Amino acid sequence: MNIVVCVKYVPDATADRQFESDNTVDRVGVDGLLSELDEYGVEQSLQIKEKAGDDTTVTALCVGPEKAVDAVRKALQMGADQGVHVLDDAIAGSDAIATSLVLAKAIEKLGAEKKVDLVVGGLASTDAGMSVVPAMLAERLGLPQVTLASVVEFQGDQVRIKRDGDTATEVIGGTMPLVLSVTDQSGEARYPSFKGIMAAKKKQLDVWSLSDIGVDASEVGAGAAWTEVEETTARPPRTAGEIVKDEDGSGATALTDFLASKKFI
Amino acid sequence: MSEVLVVVDHVDGAVKKPTYELLTLAKRLGEPSAVYIGPADKAAEVAEKVKAYGAEKVYTIDDAPLKGYLVAPKAEALQQLAEKASPAAILIPSSAEGKEIAGRLAIKLESGLITDAVDVQEGPVTTQSVFAGNFTVQAKVTKGTPIITVKPNSAAPEESAGAGAVEEFTPTISDGAKTAQIVASQPRQATGRPELTEAAIVVSGGRGTGGNFEPIEALADALGAAVGASRAAVDSGWMPHTFQVGQTGKTVSPQLYVANGISGAIQHRAGMQTSKTIVAVNKDEEAPMFELVDFGVVGDLHTVLPAATEQINARKG
Repeated sequence: MNIVVCVKYVPDATADRQFESDNTVDRVGVDGLLSELDEYGVEQSLQIKEKAGDDTTVTALCVGPEKAVDAVRKALQMGADQGVHVLDDAIAGSDAIATSLVLAKAIEKLGAEKKVDLVVGGLASTDAGMSVVPAMLAERLGLPQVTLASVVEFQGDQVRIKRDGDTATEVIGGTMPLVLSVTDQSGEARYPSFKGIMAAKKKQLDVWSLSDIGVDASEVGAGAAWTEVEETTARPPRTAGEIVKDEDGSGATALTDFLASKKFI
Repeated sequence: MSEVLVVVDHVDGAVKKPTYELLTLAKRLGEPSAVYIGPADKAAEVAEKVKAYGAEKVYTIDDAPLKGYLVAPKAEALQQLAEKASPAAILIPSSAEGKEIAGRLAIKLESGLITDAVDVQEGPVTTQSVFAGNFTVQAKVTKGTPIITVKPNSAAPEESAGAGAVEEFTPTISDGAKTAQIVASQPRQATGRPELTEAAIVVSGGRGTGGNFEPIEALADALGAAVGASRAAVDSGWMPHTFQVGQTGKTVSPQLYVANGISGAIQHRAGMQTSKTIVAVNKDEEAPMFELVDFGVVGDLHTVLPAATEQINARKG
């Protein structure tokens, strides 16, 4: 089986995230890492490989600036077999639509060598968090979309997932090749072992430019985005409210008084 | 004025509140046309409801040929409808499914997409809340038909009578859109409480509950609120994942959010920071949640909440 797992390099959510003067996300001044939610995609890809057998290849695919190679490395350390980093100055500022184009073309290039059976993604990125790239990939690649899985099962080329939808829990089935995305409920992602970290250094990690995958620079980047950010504003810090200590039931009364004063009762 | 398509949010024909919010926003951009994709026998009922919130037209699409499959057929149906109606914008509820439909539709229509808008003004110019609510972003679509997914509670629904002209629309669904099948579906059990993402008040509990959600639920019921949970409470198996508020759960923006025994990690704050009023009850006065609150009680939720619940019920008479 041939699995491609998409991984995104994002600013650390626990750091002080900022925008650049051109209203794009600052991806250089803030420490970055493999998006936590993509670790679950890597984990499920590895679990599928473990069940499917040794002839399965897991390729970690990342689109992003130079430092984004860290996200691919982390996936390799976790156990992915090889990595591809699409790196091109023209990509900076791309929206989800352009990003999905770059990913789709890279997946097609990988597929030209060996047919891709599964394209795996996470629930959302932890920065922009649109949750639309897997659906866009399915649309672009013309593949079934089996997304937001909390449980993944497969037999031969049949995939079944549990999807905790907005109003119902569903079982979704599809036939490979397909696009799969998994949630953080799908199973704890493994930590890289020391052996994994050492082994990752010897794994193949290709860097592709846009011309390698047949994408014209005019199709990507901030200039080609179909949306435009007009303004970004830091939210004013919430002014500290009133905090009381509960003593002999005074807390409950104070709480009730507050809720009543705001007309919530 | 051009049409603005509004995708109706409903469960088996029962229209949900975000639909009315979207119709209210759509009026700022043009003439609202509701798009109902659902059981045909409920179409007339739905049309009456959306008409009261300004729908000039109601497109009804029978979902019988679509419903056995995941989002792809709905995206195809909307594409065909958009090509026919040439709307000024398309507003879609910002649910997981809504966003996936919107993503596919954006590629099909070669149109820009904005997700999770919390406000839409003339232009359309959207407002989004990003980076765990630490920034607001104003954006607009620059190519094609603006496709905007809108979060619940983004506008106060305003009643206004529309013409409500019903028009049946029958899309052609390709075989390619029928490749991801819904094999089984189990509707979520009704809790009798408001839906988490739509509720005006949310009362939630975290690690500090120690697994006992009774005080949380009792306070929620006294306030007519929805119940939420932190990731810690969900990971401990105390509450199902569908109750989780935070980055990997639901994002809520109610009038009042009451966090009980929740420390306030960034992942949780990402899901509730835009709430209008925030209240916390926590034993630990150092809990980061207290940095966000309008009102906080340092105390044991197991004594504070039942006493407060009793007083609230008494005041309601």
